[in-house]
Amino acid sequence: MATSSVSKGCFVFKPNFKKRKISVPIEDYFNKGKNESEDSKLRFETYQLIWQQMKSETERLQEELNKNLFDSLIEFLQKSHSVFQKNSRDWGCQIKLREIPTAALVLGVNVTDHDLTFRSLTEVLQNNVTPYVVSLQAKDCPDTKHFLQKLASQLMDCNVDVQSKEKESVQVTQKKIYYSMDSLSTWYMNVTQKTDPKIPRKKRTPSSQWQSPPVVLILKDMESFTTKVLQDFIIISSQHLHEFPLILIFGIATSPIVVHRLLPHAVSSLLCIELFQSLSCKEHLTTVLDKLLLTTQFPFKLSEKVLQVLTNIFLYHDFSIQNFIKGLQLSLLEHFYSQPLSVLCCNLPEAKRRINFLSDNQCENIRRLPSFRRYVEKQASEKQVALLTNERFLKEETQSLLENLHVYHTNYFLVLRCLHQFTSSLPKYPLGRQIRELYCTCLEKNILDSEEYASALQLLRMLAKDELMAMLQKCFKVFKSSSEKQLGNTAKRIEEFLAQFQSLDAAALGPMSAEPVQDERASLLDWRGMSVRKCHPMVPGAPSRSRAGIIALWCICRTTEAKEEEEDTSESQSKGLQKTDLYHLQKSLLEMKELRRTSKRQTKFEVLREQLVSFIDSLVREYLLLPETQPLHEVLYFSAAHTLRQHLNAAPRIALHTALNNPYYYLKNEALRSEEGCIPNVAPDICIAYKLHLECSRLINLVDWSEAFATVVTAAEKMDANSVTSEERTEIIQYPLKSILQCPSKHTE
Amino acid sequence: MPHLENMVLCRESQVSTLQSLFGERHHFSFPSIFIYGHTASGKTYVTQTLLKSLELPHVFVNCVECFTLRLLLEQILNKLNHLSSSEGECSTQITCETFNDFVRLFKQITKAESLKDQTVYIVLDKAEYLRDMEANLLPGFLRLQELTDRNVTVIFLSEIVWEKFRPNTGCFEPFVLYFPDYSIGNLQKILSHDHPPEYSADFYAAYINILLGVFYTVCRDLKELRHLAVLNFPKYCEPVVKGEASERDTRKLWRNIEPHLKKAMQTVYLREISSSQWEKLQKDDTDPGQLKGLSAYTQVELPYYSKFILIAAYLASYNPARTDRRFFLKHHGKIKKTNFLKKHEKITSLVTLQLLTLVGHDDQLDGPKYKCTVSLDFIRAIARTVNFDIIKYLYDFL
Repeated sequence: MATSSVSKGCFVFKPNFKKRKISVPIEDYFNKGKNESEDSKLRFETYQLIWQQMKSETERLQEELNKNLFDSLIEFLQKSHSVFQKNSRDWGCQIKLREIPTAALVLGVNVTDHDLTFRSLTEVLQNNVTPYVVSLQAKDCPDTKHFLQKLASQLMDCNVDVQSKEKESVQVTQKKIYYSMDSLSTWYMNVTQKTDPKIPRKKRTPSSQWQSPPVVLILKDMESFTTKVLQDFIIISSQHLHEFPLILIFGIATSPIVVHRLLPHAVSSLLCIELFQSLSCKEHLTTVLDKLLLTTQFPFKLSEKVLQVLTNIFLYHDFSIQNFIKGLQLSLLEHFYSQPLSVLCCNLPEAKRRINFLSDNQCENIRRLPSFRRYVEKQASEKQVALLTNERFLKEETQSLLENLHVYHTNYFLVLRCLHQFTSSLPKYPLGRQIRELYCTCLEKNILDSEEYASALQLLRMLAKDELMAMLQKCFKVFKSSSEKQLGNTAKRIEEFLAQFQSLDAAALGPMSAEPVQDERASLLDWRGMSVRKCHPMVPGAPSRSRAGIIALWCICRTTEAKEEEEDTSESQSKGLQKTDLYHLQKSLLEMKELRRTSKRQTKFEVLREQLVSFIDSLVREYLLLPETQPLHEVLYFSAAHTLRQHLNAAPRIALHTALNNPYYYLKNEALRSEEGCIPNVAPDICIAYKLHLECSRLINLVDWSEAFATVVTAAEKMDANSVTSEERTEIIQYPLKSILQCPSKHTE
Repeated sequence: MPHLENMVLCRESQVSTLQSLFGERHHFSFPSIFIYGHTASGKTYVTQTLLKSLELPHVFVNCVECFTLRLLLEQILNKLNHLSSSEGECSTQITCETFNDFVRLFKQITKAESLKDQTVYIVLDKAEYLRDMEANLLPGFLRLQELTDRNVTVIFLSEIVWEKFRPNTGCFEPFVLYFPDYSIGNLQKILSHDHPPEYSADFYAAYINILLGVFYTVCRDLKELRHLAVLNFPKYCEPVVKGEASERDTRKLWRNIEPHLKKAMQTVYLREISSSQWEKLQKDDTDPGQLKGLSAYTQVELPYYSKFILIAAYLASYNPARTDRRFFLKHHGKIKKTNFLKKHEKITSLVTLQLLTLVGHDDQLDGPKYKCTVSLDFIRAIARTVNFDIIKYLYDFL
């Protein structure tokens, strides 16, 4: 190599790496090295399309959810700053302490999601309040010096954005000085005064109506800041408040008490703190699920297991919406990658069009689907033959099946929401409080068989009229809000029920007024009965139908204080009887109810209630079928929970060990395939070093290790030990020492 | 100087001491004066008013702001420079890295005509921060007069007694002046002094009397009291404004304001509710009970397994290790063994939330040790959500 130098000497030449960029179009990864017939390209495109839609939907949701919080924050900032601006000669304002307006923003423990929130907050503030928005992280500010330096440099960057870039060079030189609050406030004065007369500015934010826009400082992770830094900064900036209008925003992950824990009274008295709380992440999850999965907008669906994995990671591990959405994306990708027929996982008209172009191979794939096979088996024999042999017929049938599947989903979600309205406020929540719990139950097994469903219906049969009416109202709204006309009939039925309940009211005003009142009491007593039962699980009940037993139970229902009395009466009954558990007591209560019903004429209300419950039951029976019962469900449902779990619950250490111990696992190079316990010579050096190091126990002899390494490597190059020069050999021997630096060393394990 | 007495109340003896220390303009004063006293005992205010009204050349520097030596020295020099040079010709920024440079530059600057032949005062507010800076700084400032051979006096203002400053290598002893706390009478006098123009002094003084009656037991900080006085004054005036009571109707006014002030003591004073929120409540006449203070939000939502890790950490932090057998063998099987995935991840996230802290050295890579920092109430609340009776497992509760 040549140099332009005239003098003699040693020169270092950095190796001129020209990396060949191996660019494989991403969609090729979908190919799995197989034939083109599986529409891999199309699948990839569909995946991208759906993901884009889902992503924009989640972003929209996020914006919507944050809107309330941001609006109130902006209002607070504007209000506190306008107080600032009112250069008031008011008596009070002159004497009062000048407090720094501070917003304590409680965001919850899902720290990974905060970044996004703060990013959009910054954007919103810059558009609405002030160009000077700075956010700092604790790790950047170990002391006051760094704190101010970071603040200053970011502030000046803000300014560069707004102003023309011509002053950039000046600011670069400025960055080298230490920043004090003094210099910051002079800078602020300069900037605000300078920009004022220059009216023609491109970005005229609403903030420019103020002579001096405030400086908003966001401390992203309040908990991690050291007390001293915060304290000093607040003291300093409160002294400069009149010339440097600062507003603080504390990002708090745990609870607002942390403000008091970090700041002593002398310092917190310099702040004017107002609290803002963001939506809890569980509610956020509910909304995301509601808008992404419990809808027909996106054809892609998750099976129960996959949904369980994702929600479990969320609830048990991190509370992070970002991670949940990432998991969803992964399942989407995995679905389109692994299922050839996922090409049909798109909107219905498009899917129908695509069916016409399916290759023979794909048709064969359809025939192999278990759900489709089951469907075929149920058909008449000539149709069976046609389905299995005639491509054309198969395609037509697939089209209609897909259409059925879409209709199924439309109805499914409507009925699911309807059922949720009825069950979400029952005591003890037999079917869960959140719709996702109900959805999981429905996906997991046939809900009709579940005990929870039975008990929910039982509880529904005990509700009072106004509660039922409220539920019906909500339910009616659900049906009305959906544009689909599939279940129009149902909506009408619900409306009828509502009307009937209302007419009961009207009747109550007439001569028959006693009846509904009595009803209310009866249902009230039912409730009491339930609660008493909860309080006294060991109350000896009488599972007999004897009159005295019933009286005893009535006593329990009526009052909890009457315990003694009740025991008197029932003890005589239950002498010989075994002590009953909850189940028996419930049963006896039910029997008692049955008895009462038969003994007494049912009221109109009771009849109507019974009708309603059986109506709901019929809806569930008809529409909330398991997705597995639907032919072609595999096209839309992703069910490989195991793969997903493997990817999401990554164990980096194990992966690293595998990579080093068995490089073939990842590299897929045939030369690396080796038997257990043997070290392939051609393996990457670091693998050899690692494997040799595994052979030693806790204490490693560096010389032995190096020697062993050299032996293996020289053997790999098929060199005669003699032909290797000593220099080369030392170089090889030294290698493990270098690779130690890259190796995940033993002591970190 | 009659106006000085009007401006500085209840500090007559201190003012006269300082005045006699300062002497005439051209007299050499004591090289260093150390003034200490509690917060809001008027140290800064008295010094500043005195120097200003006597029109003495002085530099006022707050040591909190100057967190490095260089910033401190440069600020002093630049301000001095500003003093010495007449208006308009504001010269360039001086850079100064060491105390040695400072002495040299100081001599240069004080040569100027306007600073000659009179004492220059350097006031260092919050002087306790000097202790954390370079070791030569404090002794240097104490004998600055000697080092620079100029007529200069350094005044230190601090909340800490001089004994805690004295370096163990010895130093020049400053003149120590103590500002005692204001008595209740003093507070009454000072607070009544700034009465609003639209009301009579007597009316305001009566209000201050009530205010001190409520707050004097918990707070003697003049600044805070003054702030509270202004915040609650509108409420006191309310009956007068509405015409329900006259200014002299003290009893009625007292009945109106007293419960209000007591509420204020529990909320605004503790900064549970901000002043602006308090004012708003007052204006709308709503019950402050509706607004929850900062401490009302104690609940922290944690992921399920994080809760268990936290509980385990708490038990490990507060139970002696030898009792583990006893607790966990006896109730064997009560704690379900869960497969903790992402354990490390979770621990680091708990550390960032400050629920756990790392003890021991950072460089200890294998088996870092953590300690749980949450309170018993907090952990009990957490344990309750997962149906775990933590008291049963705590050694202190046996």
